[in-house]
Order: sequence, then structure tokens, then C-alpha cells
Amino acid sequence: MPILWHNVPRKNNQIAEKSLPTESLLTVDELAYERDDCNVFNPINLVVEAGDILQIEGANGAGKTTLMRLLTSALQQTSGSIAYQGQSIAQCRYEYLADILYIGHQSGTKMGLSPAENLRWMSPASTSKADITHALENLGLAGYTDVPCYSLSAGQHRRVALARLATSQAKIWYLDEPFTAIDKQGVKAIEKQLQNHAEQGGAVVLSTHQDLALDTVRKYSIEAHADRGALQ
Amino acid sequence: MMGASGGFSAYVRRDLLLAYRRRGEAASPIIFFLLVSTLIPLGVSPDSARLAELAPGIIWVMALLATLLSTESLFASDYQDGSLEQMLITPQLLVLPVLGKVTAHWLVTGLPLTLVSPVIGVMLSLPTAGTVPMMASLALGTACLSLIGAVGAALTVSLRKGGLLLSVLVIPLYMPVIIFGSASVQSAIDGLNWFGPLAVLGAMLSAAIVLCPLAIAGALRLVSNN
Repeated sequence: MPILWHNVPRKNNQIAEKSLPTESLLTVDELAYERDDCNVFNPINLVVEAGDILQIEGANGAGKTTLMRLLTSALQQTSGSIAYQGQSIAQCRYEYLADILYIGHQSGTKMGLSPAENLRWMSPASTSKADITHALENLGLAGYTDVPCYSLSAGQHRRVALARLATSQAKIWYLDEPFTAIDKQGVKAIEKQLQNHAEQGGAVVLSTHQDLALDTVRKYSIEAHADRGALQ
Repeated sequence: MMGASGGFSAYVRRDLLLAYRRRGEAASPIIFFLLVSTLIPLGVSPDSARLAELAPGIIWVMALLATLLSTESLFASDYQDGSLEQMLITPQLLVLPVLGKVTAHWLVTGLPLTLVSPVIGVMLSLPTAGTVPMMASLALGTACLSLIGAVGAALTVSLRKGGLLLSVLVIPLYMPVIIFGSASVQSAIDGLNWFGPLAVLGAMLSAAIVLCPLAIAGALRLVSNN
């Protein structure tokens, strides 16, 4: 209890002293993760500002997905820190989770539900029916909104998951290989959404091997830790 | 975000809808329950006096096995399609969606088992005095079984063939439930007060509702952290 008591006024002071734009959205400091007593990647330091599109690069197995899962707090790091607007995400867990959107390899789309039902499920409660139909139509799923997802192709599944980008109110988007199985027009449409999000003051962290046709992309390379080479 | 998907009732509704979409799979515990009970008179004896003696225990064992049959898949599809991970990173207490999923599981298995049990009772010549206690004890007991089974299902969700391990983990914890469940039916048949064992089942259920969601949430976090 005393710790909580001390934290409250300090947090208020921080907000009062520093106006929001100077506070980085996300600060990652010396982040490391060990699996089976073995470091997965070299310690990671990165800063994500509002308006950033950050592309995580790395060879297969370098730990891109692990990094994504660490950043979304699905995994607990071994050492290092992740801070959201200057505050450790362990301390502001609920605020942080409310402000992020994560679409991983397994996107969470339910095979037994239709695209519209899936999107309804994964969108904020305030999303209207028209917004949902519109989001799906934008990604070329008009005419498929009410068929069960198991009858869709792999690329269409991906599109159902990515339709969440249109209804989400999250500030930071974490997208792990978002373009898998998506055709060229689809990639273009999604790139445009990423750019819009960044222009509106959001941030995007994505891992992909494709070169993005966006001029504002920053790149960050991660390397597998030497520990893992030694094992193999 | 995730407002609609957040709470308890949203998960109950979604899992019921998914169960409805896969009716065949969802009905398998009930079909198992009905089919196996037709075998008992054939395998043991069609003599109603002997059947009546065994009926409370047999019905309870079969209800337990039928629940166990469906428990393995409780978190499996969520784990595979990534919705479990999405559940873990929703900005809310994990116990609510967890309790929602278990409630949906009970509504799809335990409740129908309870409702068809009088039919099995007739098939196994269960004395009529035992019918109401059987339904009451099954209603409370299967809810306990769903909650306890979900802890095992959460712990074994990442294993490819966790079925056997799940049984080994969970069956010892099922024992008190079956003891008091069949005791309450037996007491009623013997003309004794059957509220005692039933009250113990109720107490177990109350404890399970409070404790099991915490254990399930902890187990799911543990599994996702690997």
C-alpha cells in the first residue's frame, strides 16, 4: 500500500511536467529473454514514438515472434524493461493492454464463426454493424461476411484478422507477419491503413520479410544470440 | 478495446454459439452417456433388483467419464487458433472469461447429462425415490467436474496428446465429488436424509467456483509463457 500511495502523485507530476509528445510511446531497454537457459536474441533497445512504423527484421528463428509476444506481455521477459509512456508496463498493465492490438501468426479467428461474427467479437463494443460490414468490404470480403470461416481460403482468413485494424481504437499495433498469404492489392490496402494510423498519431510495430512501399518505415534488426549458435 | 469480448457473459455466449455450430461434437458426451448405459444391463444382468443396487454408482461413473471426454477440448481450439493468447492480453481480469468458458462447458455437457439422467435411471431400474436426488446431485456435481477438469485441461493444453495425463491429473480430484454424489442418491434410496451429502457437494461447488478459475488462469499464463 505505501508504494502505491507514493506512486500516484509522482505519476501525476510526470504528466504535468512533460507534455505528451515528448514522452515516448514505447521504450524498450536491454530486453532479454531466456529459453532453456539460453538467450534467444541479443539484448534489445528500441524506442517507438507516436507516428512511427517500425519494421522488425531478422532471419528465421532470430526471435521476431518472441519479441512480439514479449512486447504484448504474452511472455514475461527474463531481464530488461518495457515502458509505455514512461511507465513500466507491469505497473500500467491494464492501460497498456487497452491501448494495444496484437495480431499474431495464429490470429484468433474462430473457424466456426463467420467473418462478421469474428470481427464483432474482436472489435470494441461500440463498433456499429455498419462499421463491421464496411471494414470487411474494404478488405475484399464483401459477399463473404456471413459464411463460416472454415470455408474461406488462407488469404481470406488473414484478411478477416486484419479487418480488426479498421475497427480498433488501439494506439500501438503489433503485427506479426501480417502479409502472409495476402495478395498484392491486399498488401497495398493494408499498407495504406498502416500509414493512416501512423499519421493519426498511432504507432505500428510489424515483422515482415517484405519491403514495404512506405517511405516512413524505420527498421530494426534483431540477431539470434551467440548462445544458440553454440548449442547447435 | 475488446469491450464486447471482455466479460463473462460474452464468453458464455460465444462458446455456446460455437458448440451449436458443431452440434455433433458437442453432443458426443451425451451420446456416450446414453450408449454406454444401454450396455450395462447386457453386460451385468437384466435383473432389475441387481441393476437397482448398482445404478447410483454406475450413473455417476458414466457421468464422470462423459464429462472427462469433453474436457480435453475445452481450451484446445482456442490454443490452436490463437484466441487463447488474445484472451490473455485483454485488459481485464482473466478469471471472468475463464469462468465464462467453464460455464458454457457445463451448459453443453453437465446440464444435458442431468436432464437425460432420469431416462438412464429407468433403463437401470433406479428406484423412483432416487430420481430427484440423482438430478440434484448431478447438477451440482457436474459443475464441480467441469471446474476441476478445466484446471487439468489448462495445464495440458500445450501437449499434443494430453488426454491420458489429463485423466491422471484430474481423476483423483474427481473422487470426493463422486463419493458424495452417489452417496446422496444411495441415501435417498435407503430412505435416509440425502440433503447431507448434497450439501457437501454444494460446499465443494462453492469452493471450486472461487478457487478453480484462479488456478485455471494461472495455468494458462504458465502455459503461454513457454
